[in-house]
Amino acid sequence: MGTTLAEKVWEAHLVRRAEGEPDLLYIDLHLVHEVTSPQAFDGLRLAGRPLRRPDLHLATEDHNVPTDLLADAGTADIADPVSRVQVETLRRNCAEFGVRLHPMGDAGQGIVHVIGPQLGVTQPGMTIVCGDSHTSTHGAFGALAFGIGTSEVEHVMATQTLPLVRPKTMAVTVEGSLPPGTTPKDLVLALIAQVGTGGGQGHVVEYRGQAFEEMSMEGRMTVCNMSIEWGARAGMVAPDDTTFAYLQGRPEAPQGDDWDAAVASWRTLRTDDDAAFDKEVVLDATTITPFVTWGTNPAQGVPLGDVVPDPQSLPAGGERDAAERALTYMGLTAGTPLREVAVDTVFLGSCTNARMEDLRAAADVLRGRRVADGVRAIVVPGSMLVKLQAEQEGLDRVFTDAGFDWRNAGCSMCLGMNPDTLAPGERSASTSNRNFEGRQGRGGRTHLVSPPVAAATAVTGRLTAPADLPPVQTGA
Amino acid sequence: MDPFTTHTGTAAALRRNDVDTDQIIPSDWLKRVQRTGFGEGLFSEWRQDPSFVLNRVQGASVLLAGEDFGTGSSREHAVWALTDFGFRAVVSPRFGDIFRSNSLKGGLLPVQLPSDVVAALMDLVEADPAAPVTVDLGAREVRAEGIAASFELDDFTRWRLMEGLDDIGLTLRHEAEISAFEQQRPAFLPHV
Repeated sequence: MGTTLAEKVWEAHLVRRAEGEPDLLYIDLHLVHEVTSPQAFDGLRLAGRPLRRPDLHLATEDHNVPTDLLADAGTADIADPVSRVQVETLRRNCAEFGVRLHPMGDAGQGIVHVIGPQLGVTQPGMTIVCGDSHTSTHGAFGALAFGIGTSEVEHVMATQTLPLVRPKTMAVTVEGSLPPGTTPKDLVLALIAQVGTGGGQGHVVEYRGQAFEEMSMEGRMTVCNMSIEWGARAGMVAPDDTTFAYLQGRPEAPQGDDWDAAVASWRTLRTDDDAAFDKEVVLDATTITPFVTWGTNPAQGVPLGDVVPDPQSLPAGGERDAAERALTYMGLTAGTPLREVAVDTVFLGSCTNARMEDLRAAADVLRGRRVADGVRAIVVPGSMLVKLQAEQEGLDRVFTDAGFDWRNAGCSMCLGMNPDTLAPGERSASTSNRNFEGRQGRGGRTHLVSPPVAAATAVTGRLTAPADLPPVQTGA
Repeated sequence: MDPFTTHTGTAAALRRNDVDTDQIIPSDWLKRVQRTGFGEGLFSEWRQDPSFVLNRVQGASVLLAGEDFGTGSSREHAVWALTDFGFRAVVSPRFGDIFRSNSLKGGLLPVQLPSDVVAALMDLVEADPAAPVTVDLGAREVRAEGIAASFELDDFTRWRLMEGLDDIGLTLRHEAEISAFEQQRPAFLPHV
């Protein structure tokens, strides 16, 4: 019987297999940021262990970084002393252990999951880890990529391997094409609503079918990014010509003869026709519409055209209790049309949706339109290179003319570790990945949306799809 | 790491599903660069509510939780917060994968039991907060008054926890195999 893509990548990284023990897997790339690494570097120092392969680690500063400073600001400009120490600690650690770092103020700085693909250092068939659950993003290239804790970060630093129990495999097959006006974000939100936050637990997922074959690399990254939001260990898409075209010519991609050898190898990274998955989920892309969350976990979502669901319609027990708690926290009443929910803030950013296509899709909605009075709208490019490219395309002017704040790269309002936060009770439409209680700031209320929906929502001040907007008046 | 063999203590029942690691330890706490002192931040938002279980039940060392405990962020700080607060084991019908893995590295035993068993344990400790709950790693069994339920954990991890062994030290015994593997990696792979 044949093997799946995930199994092929797993077997190709097997350092050691012994009966009754976890497999020992080689790790091709470890991405590092300031939040989950300091205790791991300390661990190396305490044990007197070297960093085994400094050439396979790449670091950046993202979670704590203020996004409203001058582009060349330094750590001294971080007002929060605790954040400042964390960023400075990363710099000291990278200098001491010889790790390449893209710090604040560097043209290569950005969200860790945006800069890897952008540099071309994320490649098919690799094993990639990072102390960050959204490492699943890199699976879009057919890499086996997953988030790890700080103890495992230290393990990778010391040994360039991880002992791992082989996960189960799952296929998510999406037939048909995504309709115009919908995005990969809508698709993944609809998927998570169907399978629940724990639906992928213990599985590496392969996304396949026509919708993924037609999807851009950036769209595939959005979907793989949110694999963790339904509990999957990792998400993958088999590499194809779309993947190779994206990679070719990037700074860290193979060149010349190496490129040919790499592509020949990458073309073998496919699930065999006779391979079996442990589990399969099938979706019809043609039924997808703009999707939003109403609750406090990413599975609590509905089509934007629906109403806030009634917890009483759910089976008694944990799920109903969670829905009731979520409505209380979110300040919502069952039966309210989502289109009537007013927001205070619109956040366009994060490792889920802050790449070029996301910015272009939002800008397309905003041309000739204005952010509604009283709405705070910010756009935070995923990296400084995304920011630069967007400026070359004139997108910054589209955003600022509409009334958006145009920021520097960072995790920003995806999580409350930097100055971009929601105030208690404040409500956002956010292109990020988590609507957990307090995720965007204590007491903040988050609705997860796609970039076009975020832009349209900024224009009306209520959750809105672009198709709901009146046409732009031209020639005036 | 301290060995874990068997532990008996009182338990707290957290009757909530989908407890993500942002709730276990809010991100504001993640700015610290140390590994200790996170207990104060454990469930810090929910502890604002006087009726929250950890404000009503003191001294518990076993946490009984609803389905999908520890989802979301990979922050190992969630494990450090639970252990610093005094927990030695968490019992749930299902765990987030990364949280479970982090727990097994950090000396917090994640015990997966069927929903009805977890519900029975919750009923027991809510009726009698002083009821002892035993988590026996050797026998892979949880015991409390009227309840005995076995749980699964692979032999290797069980042995490692019972011996209190350092994972990195174990892996470094295979240094020769790691070096041999490195010799045959394809040349086109990136070096940063």
